[in-house]
Amino acid sequence: MKNIFLATYLAIKEVVRNKGRFLLVALVIALITLLVLFIAALGEGLANGNRQYVANLDAQLVVFLEKSDYSISSSRLETNTVKSVRRVDGVADAGAIYTSSTEIVSLPESLKVSMLGAEPGRPGMPPIIDGREFRGGEAREAVIDRNVALRTDIQIGDTIQIRSTQGTEDEFFELKIVGLVEGPSYFFQPTIFVPAATWEKIRPQSESELTSDTPYPNIIAVKLTDPLQAEVMAAKLTEEVSNIEVADIETTINNIPGYSAQQGTVQTQGVFTLLIGILVIGGFFQIQILQKVPQIGVLKAIGSSNGVVGLSAVIQIIFVTALGVGIGGGLTYLFSLGFPPTIPLVFNGARSLIAIALLLAIGPFGGMVSIIYAVRIEPLKALRLG
Amino acid sequence: MSTIALEVRDLVKSFLLDGATINAVDHVSFQVKSGEFVALVGPSGSGKTTMLSILAALLTPTSGQVLIDGQDLAQMNEKQRVKLRREKIGFTFQSNNLIPFLSARENVEFMLRLNGRLDHASRIRSDELLARLGLSDRLHNLPAQMSGGQQQRVAIARALIHNPAVVLADEPTASLDTERAFQVVETFANLIHENERAGIIVTHDLRMCQYVDRVLQMQDGKLVRTYEDKKEIIELARGTIH
Repeated sequence: MKNIFLATYLAIKEVVRNKGRFLLVALVIALITLLVLFIAALGEGLANGNRQYVANLDAQLVVFLEKSDYSISSSRLETNTVKSVRRVDGVADAGAIYTSSTEIVSLPESLKVSMLGAEPGRPGMPPIIDGREFRGGEAREAVIDRNVALRTDIQIGDTIQIRSTQGTEDEFFELKIVGLVEGPSYFFQPTIFVPAATWEKIRPQSESELTSDTPYPNIIAVKLTDPLQAEVMAAKLTEEVSNIEVADIETTINNIPGYSAQQGTVQTQGVFTLLIGILVIGGFFQIQILQKVPQIGVLKAIGSSNGVVGLSAVIQIIFVTALGVGIGGGLTYLFSLGFPPTIPLVFNGARSLIAIALLLAIGPFGGMVSIIYAVRIEPLKALRLG
Repeated sequence: MSTIALEVRDLVKSFLLDGATINAVDHVSFQVKSGEFVALVGPSGSGKTTMLSILAALLTPTSGQVLIDGQDLAQMNEKQRVKLRREKIGFTFQSNNLIPFLSARENVEFMLRLNGRLDHASRIRSDELLARLGLSDRLHNLPAQMSGGQQQRVAIARALIHNPAVVLADEPTASLDTERAFQVVETFANLIHENERAGIIVTHDLRMCQYVDRVLQMQDGKLVRTYEDKKEIIELARGTIH
């Protein structure tokens, strides 16, 4: 206990009497923190933008067309597949999902959105938070995600116009907004939901597709009676329903085009930034210890133990790292307030917490070499023999 | 009656240099009593710093014995040596003496902290000692804000504050001008005598010997001569004896 008090005393005195030097390092750590937290937030934001709709599906399994490699855009199922899936024992409900992109043009600045066809009250249709669900059939009604409403000032009861390329011609369709859902973005775009038949009419399509009025779902979201039986049910569905393959939600997310590559890139950037942090902190404390060799020699010569010297260095490193991470966290928060909503930054994810924990750990890790060096300094250095 | 604070018995320290064994300290024996101030002198390479390092429990001897306050250094492990340095030995060094981020008062009090003896009474004693050394207006100054002489005086206070059995000084005047050097050694000698400590000063400056009670002269690792007569010591200090 005496060693801890002595080490704390020495560490605090040195930091207080050399504020400028330690603050400089804390600021370098703060900048690294800023960078790491932004990368983590960007990773979270990009991941959300890509996966949010799929991740929040009220389902445990997703049915794809056989050999589509779990790619939503490549999958196109027969219309009767939904009924076949619903008939399988253990399936509580199943909802067909239709995906495409379009553009709202009735705004001062047009907005690209993901247009999803879904069935009200079935898996695939997010819960309504305001207004009502659209009617079935070919009703020209839509439910939009809250982010679209916030960004465009569109309100329930308004009519929007969308542009859709039909064959080689641009056509314009009007949709009445009847409800709002939470912000489930898909493929980096905010979403609007329409009935399946409407979707088939107004989605962008090629010349050859125009002859058909039958909507073919891309995927089917499957809600199970017992969610814990997902693996068994995936096998059962594959066996009982023809021409399909089944994936869980995680596999579906990982197979969204570009998702894994994008997350890998962001994580690699984060790891390299942390490595740079370790080198910066390690370098600073190593230089400091080299400058303090005679001083450490004197401390040991007059009777300070290795424990006191080593612990003092550890306390300083932890203090400076915590200060830097604290300043960096504050700066990150301030900067994030000024960023436009188009930049996908999400700070409330587990990623930010992991990043902060890692940042706090890199200090002692980076300073380890210098701590070992300090402990090994001979007290003879205080005399001319050293 | 003075007791023996430090005893060196047939001390040898050997180093291997280019395959040959060199005795940096060669069969040296002496004693220092409490209240006695002794100078260890000799030319460069005579072994006086090696001797001081062994007395300070920083180097282990090849053979022989060193007893500080009756405790044999050879029988101690590293932890016990650290404890001995903390409790029984006071140090002043040639340079880099003080901890640069502690004030004069904090540097002195640090020895008390190390020994778990910092209390109100010892704080007062620390301030009194610094005042005695003419540093009462420098208590809150950092080493960088003090002259070399003032720093050495703070180091002397630190070396004495915890009442060690032995006080060791390694060329404490090397970086001082002549006037300051005389002042520092004289103050050192007075405090050694008043506090009944055993003091050993290593110096190459024979003029400083005028303040000591005995001079041990080393050459090639051997103790070649001892000056005990005050008249002889003064002559040595004046340069009339070589």
